[in-house]
Amino acid sequence: MSEEAEPLISVRDLVQKIGAQEILRGFSLDVFRGETLVLLGKSGGGKSVFLRHLIGLMKPVSGQILFEGEDIANLDERQLAPVRRKIGMLFQDGALFDSLSVYDNVAFPLREHGEKKEKLVRQKVHEALALVNMSGHDKKMPVNLSGGMRKRVALARAIISPPQVILYDEPTAGLDPIVSDSINRLILRLQEQLSVTSIVVTHDLTSCNRIADRVALLNEGRRHFYGTLDDLRATEDQIVRDFVDGHSEDGED
Amino acid sequence: MGLLDLVKSGLFGFFTYLGQVALLAWETFRSIFAARIRLRLTLLQIAEIGYGSQLIVVVTGAFTGAVFTAQAYFQFASLNMETAVGPVVTLSMFRELGPVLTGLMVAGRVGAAMSAEIGTMKVTQQIDALRALAVHPVDYLVVPRALAMLISMPLLVVECVSCGVLASYLVAVYVLNIEGVYFVNNMQKFTEASDIAMSLIKGFVFANIIVFISCREGLNAKDGAVGVGRATTESVVICSLSILIANFFLTMFLNILFPAGQR
Repeated sequence: MSEEAEPLISVRDLVQKIGAQEILRGFSLDVFRGETLVLLGKSGGGKSVFLRHLIGLMKPVSGQILFEGEDIANLDERQLAPVRRKIGMLFQDGALFDSLSVYDNVAFPLREHGEKKEKLVRQKVHEALALVNMSGHDKKMPVNLSGGMRKRVALARAIISPPQVILYDEPTAGLDPIVSDSINRLILRLQEQLSVTSIVVTHDLTSCNRIADRVALLNEGRRHFYGTLDDLRATEDQIVRDFVDGHSEDGED
Repeated sequence: MGLLDLVKSGLFGFFTYLGQVALLAWETFRSIFAARIRLRLTLLQIAEIGYGSQLIVVVTGAFTGAVFTAQAYFQFASLNMETAVGPVVTLSMFRELGPVLTGLMVAGRVGAAMSAEIGTMKVTQQIDALRALAVHPVDYLVVPRALAMLISMPLLVVECVSCGVLASYLVAVYVLNIEGVYFVNNMQKFTEASDIAMSLIKGFVFANIIVFISCREGLNAKDGAVGVGRATTESVVICSLSILIANFFLTMFLNILFPAGQR
């Protein structure tokens, strides 16, 4: 992965407002093919909002989102479909379809995109479930799964038609350290096996240290820091240090 | 000034809402004509909407026909016009009561369920998940419901009217002792194909009202469980009022096409 290579995703001067509040104030970021980029930032700081722009779930007030050189910021729902097929997204709570079983949830993208051979669907679903250590839970309904299991099934659903990019929204939030670690290992494994590009939004530094090739810090709607893990450890910047070392200022948590 | 502002914002809200419903309908019909139809989901919805609504539609139709017959008989008997009960009840059932009552019952049963289901999917990010998986929510959620509704409603209306007329006959002949032959003969004499057409057209229009308002409410739900509750309530209220209001205009308009009492 060379620095000079064309970025796979390039976000320029992204501005987003929710009500009167400016969530993103000219946020820019480049993501290169095959890398895992971790986006850190405070809770409620706009990380998830940013992630939703990358797959067209939100339209920016202004700014560009270039995916493979094409600006996707202003495409409509139907024009976005081909882009979305190249991008998988893991939602914070999984967002599984609660009327479908685990099996049907994971099979959903295959069937929706025209796979008619049930035998092939079954084989792929079982492979995907095995990859996330969820074999044997096919028939369960999402309501009967724990948070960690839901996330893993959602991940299986996101990767069943192998995407070029996977967006992870807080993949380890609310999970115990062991399940968190298994999710981290899974992210690494997917990068190795499928050579996907990953963008991980989190405030879990343990996870960040395990998986990141590069780290960005979102602060006050702008990119405050951008560099490798070594850069992150070495920086003397106060805001980064406060975040990394867990210092609060004036009662902020 | 205050009143004027209120009227302005009310009108603005009304036209915005109308626009949203119309856009949803437009998008849905575009998908239908582009053959983006999921047959399995459509059949499931027909089972849910059409088959599942049988009981309420049959009971509503039957008891309305029965009670209407009794009331009409009490009035007409004093004029020695008992045999007019048949055509009066039948015409009213076909032209007004059948479609309106079916519409209101289906709005309550099916419209509410649609808003609640789609609304829950919206607030739990399942609709975002659909979009992220490159599946258009209108194609997956609205098209099967719209097709099922447009197919089921006219049939349900006919079912409601038939049960109403049958109940009317039973009450008239076996309870109120009207001669069955006169009842049927008069009914046939005053009822035309245009009355049935009116019934079917109204059923079709009400199906559109119910499905697009309910789906619009669901797709726009926000603020968690409270929001889903609000969407469901609004969907039933707005569907019911729209049906009653649209019915008046439909009657006036259809009466130009199929004038009543021209025999």
